[in-house]
Amino acid sequence: MTSLPLVVAAGQGPFEAFAVGLHHYIFLSALLFVVGFFGVLLRKNALVIFMSLELMLIAATLGFVAFSRYNGTMDGNVFVFFILTVAAVEVAVGLAIIVALFRHRRTVMVDELNHLKN
Amino acid sequence: MADLFFYLFSALTVGSALGVVLSRNTVGAALCLLLSLLGTAGLFVLLNAYLLAVLLVLVYAGAVAALFVFVVMLLDMQGGVKQPVKMFTVVASVGALALLLTGLARTFGPGQWPAPPPAVDPALGASLKLYGYQLFTTYLLPVQIVGFLLLAAMLGVIVLSRRHTGSEDAK
Repeated sequence: MTSLPLVVAAGQGPFEAFAVGLHHYIFLSALLFVVGFFGVLLRKNALVIFMSLELMLIAATLGFVAFSRYNGTMDGNVFVFFILTVAAVEVAVGLAIIVALFRHRRTVMVDELNHLKN
Repeated sequence: MADLFFYLFSALTVGSALGVVLSRNTVGAALCLLLSLLGTAGLFVLLNAYLLAVLLVLVYAGAVAALFVFVVMLLDMQGGVKQPVKMFTVVASVGALALLLTGLARTFGPGQWPAPPPAVDPALGASLKLYGYQLFTTYLLPVQIVGFLLLAAMLGVIVLSRRHTGSEDAK
């Protein structure tokens, strides 16, 4: 009677599906993107919508780094630099707009900001 | 061992991302965003991108999340009337969820992908010299453009946050 081996080499044996590879990172990235996407879709608070946008950016970043690691190229890692910079710029300008909006309208709920309608 | 850390960090990241979206309290959402960023930084370490992990913590957790908390403090939001989600939004969300699930099933279903490639050694993301080389040769023009983008954003924020005394009220 053979007992289960305590240590299973990666890529074989019953734990093959759990050995972390590129698939796992891409799936995690997709999952994060979905969470951020539904945050943008369903929330009314402009600040929370903004945070969900950041989550989606982070998800894209994670995909870039994972592909870069598993393909042995540098380009994905360098792209993350630019994503980080653009995200910082976006947050600065977006929050300034939200604060300016709040000064004029006293609200940041997007369904009350319908003054351009009709 | 690294696999265990992967599951730990991914649970932290996705769990706090859910916290960002589901939290009723805006400060809580901002702190959840901070946690999610820390989990992502851990995943970057697992992917051997040490510099990016440090940058993520510095730029995102240090600046962006702090800015969010600061703005939440400035705005003093007291909820207001809670409006129900519109029917159209619900339909759109269900449709988007169905599309996303189909896409995920098509992508990650059995037999869709060839065997995943093994991680390439040595990990290129661990070398600082390579970052510098790439940024100053192949990506020199994007670096310049991003510099101008930062300048434009700085000027834009200054103009946006200036108090409009005359021109706005005269209209």
